[in-house]
Amino acid sequence: MGATLLEIKDLAVQFFTYQGTVRALEGVSLTVQQGEILGLVGETGCGKSVLARCVLRLIADPPGKITAGEIRFKGRDLLKLGRREIRQIRGNEISMIFQEPMSSLNPVFTVGNQMMEVVILHQRVGRDEARRICVDMLRQVKMPDPEQVLAKYPHELSGGMRQRAMIAMELACRPDLLLADEPTTALDVTVQAQVLSILEELTRQSGAAVLFISHDLGVIAQLCDRVAVMYAGHIAEIAPVAELFASPLHPYTSGLLQAIPRIDEGKAALKVIPGAVPGLIDPPRGCRFHPRCGQRLAPCDREVPAFLEPAPGHCVACHLYASGGRG
Amino acid sequence: MEPVIEVRDLVKYFPIRRGFLGRRVDWLKAVDGVSFAVHPGETLGLVGESGCGKSTVGHLMLNLLKPDRGVVRYKNLDLSALRGPEERRVRRHLQVVFQDPQSSLDPRMLIKKTVGYPLEVNRIARGAEAVARVKAMLAEVGLNEEHVYRYPHEFSGGQRQRIGIARALITEPEFIVLDEPTSALDVSVQAQILNLVGDLQQKRGYAYLFISHDLSVIKHMSHRIAVMYLGIIVETARKEDLFQEPLHPYTCALLAALPLPDPTKRRVRASLQGDVPSPVHLPPGCRFHPRCPQRMEICSLRAPDGLEVLPGHWTACHKYGN
Amino acid sequence: MAVNGAQRSIPEPITLNPLFDEFRKQYAWQIRELLFTIRLLRRNPSAVAGFVIIVAMVLMALTAPLLAPYNPIQLSLVDRLNPPCMAHFFGTDELGRDILSRVMYGARISLWIGVVVVLIAGGLGAVIGAVSGYLGKGVDNLIMRVMDVILSFPPLVLAMALAAALGPSLNNAILAVAFVMIPKFARMVRGEALAVKERQFITAARASGAGRFWIVRHHILPNCFSSVIVLGTLILGEAILIAASLSFIGLGAQPPTPEWGAMISVGRKFLMDQWWYATFPGLFILVTVIGFNIFGDALRDVLDPRIRR
Repeated sequence: MGATLLEIKDLAVQFFTYQGTVRALEGVSLTVQQGEILGLVGETGCGKSVLARCVLRLIADPPGKITAGEIRFKGRDLLKLGRREIRQIRGNEISMIFQEPMSSLNPVFTVGNQMMEVVILHQRVGRDEARRICVDMLRQVKMPDPEQVLAKYPHELSGGMRQRAMIAMELACRPDLLLADEPTTALDVTVQAQVLSILEELTRQSGAAVLFISHDLGVIAQLCDRVAVMYAGHIAEIAPVAELFASPLHPYTSGLLQAIPRIDEGKAALKVIPGAVPGLIDPPRGCRFHPRCGQRLAPCDREVPAFLEPAPGHCVACHLYASGGRG
Repeated sequence: MEPVIEVRDLVKYFPIRRGFLGRRVDWLKAVDGVSFAVHPGETLGLVGESGCGKSTVGHLMLNLLKPDRGVVRYKNLDLSALRGPEERRVRRHLQVVFQDPQSSLDPRMLIKKTVGYPLEVNRIARGAEAVARVKAMLAEVGLNEEHVYRYPHEFSGGQRQRIGIARALITEPEFIVLDEPTSALDVSVQAQILNLVGDLQQKRGYAYLFISHDLSVIKHMSHRIAVMYLGIIVETARKEDLFQEPLHPYTCALLAALPLPDPTKRRVRASLQGDVPSPVHLPPGCRFHPRCPQRMEICSLRAPDGLEVLPGHWTACHKYGN
Repeated sequence: MAVNGAQRSIPEPITLNPLFDEFRKQYAWQIRELLFTIRLLRRNPSAVAGFVIIVAMVLMALTAPLLAPYNPIQLSLVDRLNPPCMAHFFGTDELGRDILSRVMYGARISLWIGVVVVLIAGGLGAVIGAVSGYLGKGVDNLIMRVMDVILSFPPLVLAMALAAALGPSLNNAILAVAFVMIPKFARMVRGEALAVKERQFITAARASGAGRFWIVRHHILPNCFSSVIVLGTLILGEAILIAASLSFIGLGAQPPTPEWGAMISVGRKFLMDQWWYATFPGLFILVTVIGFNIFGDALRDVLDPRIRR
């Protein structure tokens, strides 16, 4: 694929609330290579959205705080940049699209207005040139009647069209990295298929890397090159997509894969992961998955497992693979 | 076997009012002629995208809405004709489990009362006996007896769905509408709930109408499946038949669009262009024709009649008409 | 951010007595919430100030029979119109009665008025609003238009008209003020009812066979409870003020009842030379109403679900 574009090292984020301190992320490390699509999958509360927002420093300072770690983008630590420098990067080198396009597009401005604002801000071109760029982008996302759409308000477009407009807006400045936070979760399945096609086509064409967040393993399997699995604020496993689905190493990953109903196989009963996702104010000691794990070992409730690489390119945080243990 | 509940030519339009005086400007044709039956111990899966009317069908079957045309029959009783004590007697047999665990339970009500009130309201049991039944029901859905003294927010999403299920089942109904019961849950919890619902059906012989937009969940849970599009059913079949040989182009498109959790099986994804049209301005002829990749001339002129193309496999498409 | 309490366990209660235990288990969460609310209020300066004022007034009202230095209606024509001094901290009125004692007993009356008005207006208003909001359509329209008519009058004017029609007495004043306050509660509860009505547990209740009034009583009203409380504290202050105004013009408390507004009414004549007569009751009205207002404001903020989580 290419050089490392984004490198997150040992990131830790905490939220300070009345009930206590929520340890949302701890010891999170991952990399995104140039031009690749990295999937970030996990259930509610695992911290995947928090992670994405950290990259663009969108975490509200009270109550959230980045307590440790660094995020290197093209060599610079984003956490140490000043406000103006981070604003330069947002929308320009790193863009983000969200799940619910109705709340991320301003309802009182037309779509054209919002798109052109981003282009003018970052590319410093005149209104006419910006307009041309926007129409061009809308055509690339296969929006019917792009000139008409520029004059419309967000509520006049359907969900799929809004999401496409969002993609066009965020890709208009040709960012190197696109953060996509569950962009198709709220869409119908046929519309989701269209949006995913567009997303894949455009990012492959422009060479942008994508950090694609989802809880839907099907979408991840069909779209991504590599996948990172998160659980309760930790990264459980990272692997190339085919390897993750064919031979998952972490018990959580294999549990998840066995729990989803499949069209292509008949199953009598779904194999279940007992229990529920833990609260993050007082998470389990050691490996946060250990209370639910069927393959628990002695150190699991005491030590946080180290991030190891039992197979090339395939990393996992689990005591099962500690040196001297089974592999 | 006699069906537990049956709908025939069900129609429900919602008026769209505009203007100062709220004049009725148009109709939103939510359900436009739907017929099917559900038998005891069977799950009928109702699948479709947003705006197809599946939730409205569920509401109609529970007598929460009165149909504009057509009839809902519970064991040969016309639901909309029932009143008073008769209606109450029937109500306890028609229950519902909702999608959103956040808002399907009253945050101010103890679980004891939330699960127990159907007994009181339907005059089945009260006082200590009601509490005993509540505790028994909670145990059956996998919760603790002590939970009767807690409030909804003290539970996780999956547990709240279990409570919703307990509430639905406490009156010993015969027919239950499950309206996207797992759409708002995590994958691992979804599996628990689906297993629970399936086990209960095997034990007690409930008839389910399982509404969802997720084909893989529908495949796992249903015996027969009906595919809805813009207010009508476009295909009905047994589960195996539908997936092995989908007849209607919309069904094929839905299957093609479904992302498989298997990276080795990547395929051409989108075969359908455009967005789901609105149920207000319906296309002429076959509703699906503007998006259909196998469109013929007749499709924009006349709506297709339903036809049983294969035994037990019904569809409404000009491809199979004569 | 999903902060999941799924694994939280309720600590084992100490079994003292089965009945008390039952109570404790059932209300464990309410008690916790109450303690949490109190904690939040303690940090809020205006809540503390308001609370102190309210408590002071309540204590004064409760202990008046014990602590008041004189009988409030005892005449002493010898001591007429004495300025504040050691024997009479607030001075005396034109009949020689001790103003401090009258002010203390006046607190009993004013607080009583406030509480009764809020109970009546809150109770009736909440029920009217909930029924109106839940039933909707024609009934809602009718009820709300009636409420609009009542609200279109300035509250004092309407209260005056009612009190005059009913006859000048303290109880009639209370009824009049309560009537005037009903639409405020009704409006607010109706708005909440409209929102609650759309939630899925209401549909579930209907599907389970619950009747409309059952749903209003068991689902809608409990969910509006906290906003009724907040509005109640604010209305309490307003009620005291309007009742005092009614007494001021002679329609409320009748002499010799030591009601604050009535005292100001008479004291007006003596304002120039005997400033203490009208000033002290007026000051107490001011402070009491402010106390309820700032406490109510702080309470509203604290109970707002967005701030709590």
